Amino acid sequence: MASITLDHLAHAYRPNPTSPKDYALKRIDHVWQQGGAYALLGPSGCGKTTLLNIISGLVIPTEGRILFDGKDVTRLPTEARNIAQVFQFPVVYDTMTVRQNLAFPLKNRGVAADVIRKRVEEIGHQLGLSASLDRKASNLTADAKQKISLGRGLVRPDVNAILFDEPLTVIDPHLKWQLRSTLKELHRALDLTMIYVTHDQTEALTFADKVVVMHDGAVVQTGTPEELFERPAHTFVGHFIGSPGMNVLPATVEGTTARVGGAAIALERAYPALPAGARIELGVRPEFAFLARRGEGVPVTVKRIDDIGRVRIARVEIAGQPVAATVPYGLAIDGTEAALRLDPRQIHIYADSHLVAGQPATGTKA
Amino acid sequence: MEKTLNNRAWWLVAPVFAIVAFSAIVPLMTVVNYSVQDTFGNNQFFWNGLGWFQELLDPASDLGGRFFDALWRNLLFSAIILAIEVPLGILVALSMPREGGWKVAATLVLMALPLLIPWNVVGTIWQVFARADIGLLGYALNSTGFAYNYTGDPLHAWVTIVVMDVWHWTSLVALLCYAGLKSIPDAYYQAARIDGASRWAIFTTIQLPKMKRVLLIAVLLRFMDSFMIYTEPFVLTGGGPGNATTFLSIDLVKLALGQFDLGKAAAMSLVYNLIVLAVCWVFYTVMTHAGTERADREIAS
Repeated sequence: MASITLDHLAHAYRPNPTSPKDYALKRIDHVWQQGGAYALLGPSGCGKTTLLNIISGLVIPTEGRILFDGKDVTRLPTEARNIAQVFQFPVVYDTMTVRQNLAFPLKNRGVAADVIRKRVEEIGHQLGLSASLDRKASNLTADAKQKISLGRGLVRPDVNAILFDEPLTVIDPHLKWQLRSTLKELHRALDLTMIYVTHDQTEALTFADKVVVMHDGAVVQTGTPEELFERPAHTFVGHFIGSPGMNVLPATVEGTTARVGGAAIALERAYPALPAGARIELGVRPEFAFLARRGEGVPVTVKRIDDIGRVRIARVEIAGQPVAATVPYGLAIDGTEAALRLDPRQIHIYADSHLVAGQPATGTKA
Repeated sequence: MEKTLNNRAWWLVAPVFAIVAFSAIVPLMTVVNYSVQDTFGNNQFFWNGLGWFQELLDPASDLGGRFFDALWRNLLFSAIILAIEVPLGILVALSMPREGGWKVAATLVLMALPLLIPWNVVGTIWQVFARADIGLLGYALNSTGFAYNYTGDPLHAWVTIVVMDVWHWTSLVALLCYAGLKSIPDAYYQAARIDGASRWAIFTTIQLPKMKRVLLIAVLLRFMDSFMIYTEPFVLTGGGPGNATTFLSIDLVKLALGQFDLGKAAAMSLVYNLIVLAVCWVFYTVMTHAGTERADREIAS
């Protein structure tokens, strides 16, 4: 049981890294609180597996330290760290039964046989594996095997944290949901720190209390699912989370008005301190942009309307820039001329891809 | 959909039948034909029934004695080289580099070298290498005071042949095992480290089970090859000293081409062939069923 601190951590796979490009993992300072359920979200190759392997001790970082409850474990081998890891593909010991698989980590650590038996039955029960304890592990389905992998971590009573490296990749879609619920239940029951690596936003947002979004070797935002959705700190987070992702439009800002091409968009806040020369962009999620009849908002041209099931998404253009917007229930548009109503509170301004906090507007609204 | 039945389709498999007949069945039947007849030359044959077989399988007879001596020699030889080459091959495979560019390439080429040398060249290399007067090995041993002479001492002859076979064929076992090891994903090793497994536990719980299939092939290949060994001992010792290294195939050639006893040789060929088939079948059945037996029983229950 421990909190995990990443202190000035960075890693490069090639020796003697010089430019930031050489780093697979750029400098990270982060604290994983004891008992938290974290997701590490990012596209393939963003450095999230590297980070996970550093925490578990399979990779020694080039720079920085990693602390478990304040104790430096940077150079400690994996087996001395009390970390459990569940891999992308289920790892079971083929020749052993489920029971032997679960007992393996304890047996290796010289735990007494009767203690092992009790613990294995307990964990087997929690994972719903009681019925198959004496079956050969190699004959089970992928999701049962993944539970065994997890179980081998859980049987160790001293385990600090459980790391998941895209654990649902090979699981059938209808079982994914079930296995994820099992994970959540275990997390609540066992008070363990869990770090869950994935590139699937649904998995991340449903599993975790806190999501760490990574992009190109760096953490771009850490926050609750709501924060990531409502206040993306980086245009990448806006794109990556949400379906469809956030609309990001090149803009200029004056007072509390943003201009995209010829269209004026009202803002809630003012941005007097925008850095000069920076690329200024306006971001708004499709969920906060509503299609309306002509003349009822910012004029747009409708290109297409997609029915994605629970809502209809309009693909429109503002001054030649593509935007996705929600079509309110019951609205019908004639022709291609329409308008967009935007929720000013949900419009964000980005300078060089990073969120700029505005100031409350003073005086009269534009 | 209704199936069209047309027996003329059988003609389509006729070429295969013809090829198999000429490549296997006809030659085999010729041997069967010889095995039940006796000849005194001039292409005259006399029916002998199962006479050759009875003589062959009776250890008291001259032919039977020869046959069983060679058979035991052969089985002993196969047992020894399997007992050495399989563990040694696994050990070599485990210590081969698994990644690292040129190191892997260099090791693979080195390992493959003995396999690329023709059998009779291997025999010749070792014959010269082990000679007491000019051979590096023989001369070195003798000059250190060890009276090594593979042409005179049966034990020395055996040791030389075994070492030669190990030198020639351990690479094959090692390369097969190496292929098996390479197919194990890294996650298994990482999981084992996390589980605190010892080096020995990693070997018995991950590496050995994953190598099972290739090991089966390796054992089968090495058994068959060693049980049918001919060229290398023939070149090295010629079956001597005395009959100390006369294996079945060497004896068979002596019988068929040296003495021209076609009937006896044919009977011996057939029995020899059946032994190889039987042993391979037993090996294969035992090793493939060892793992699946449990699963079958569970499904049944």
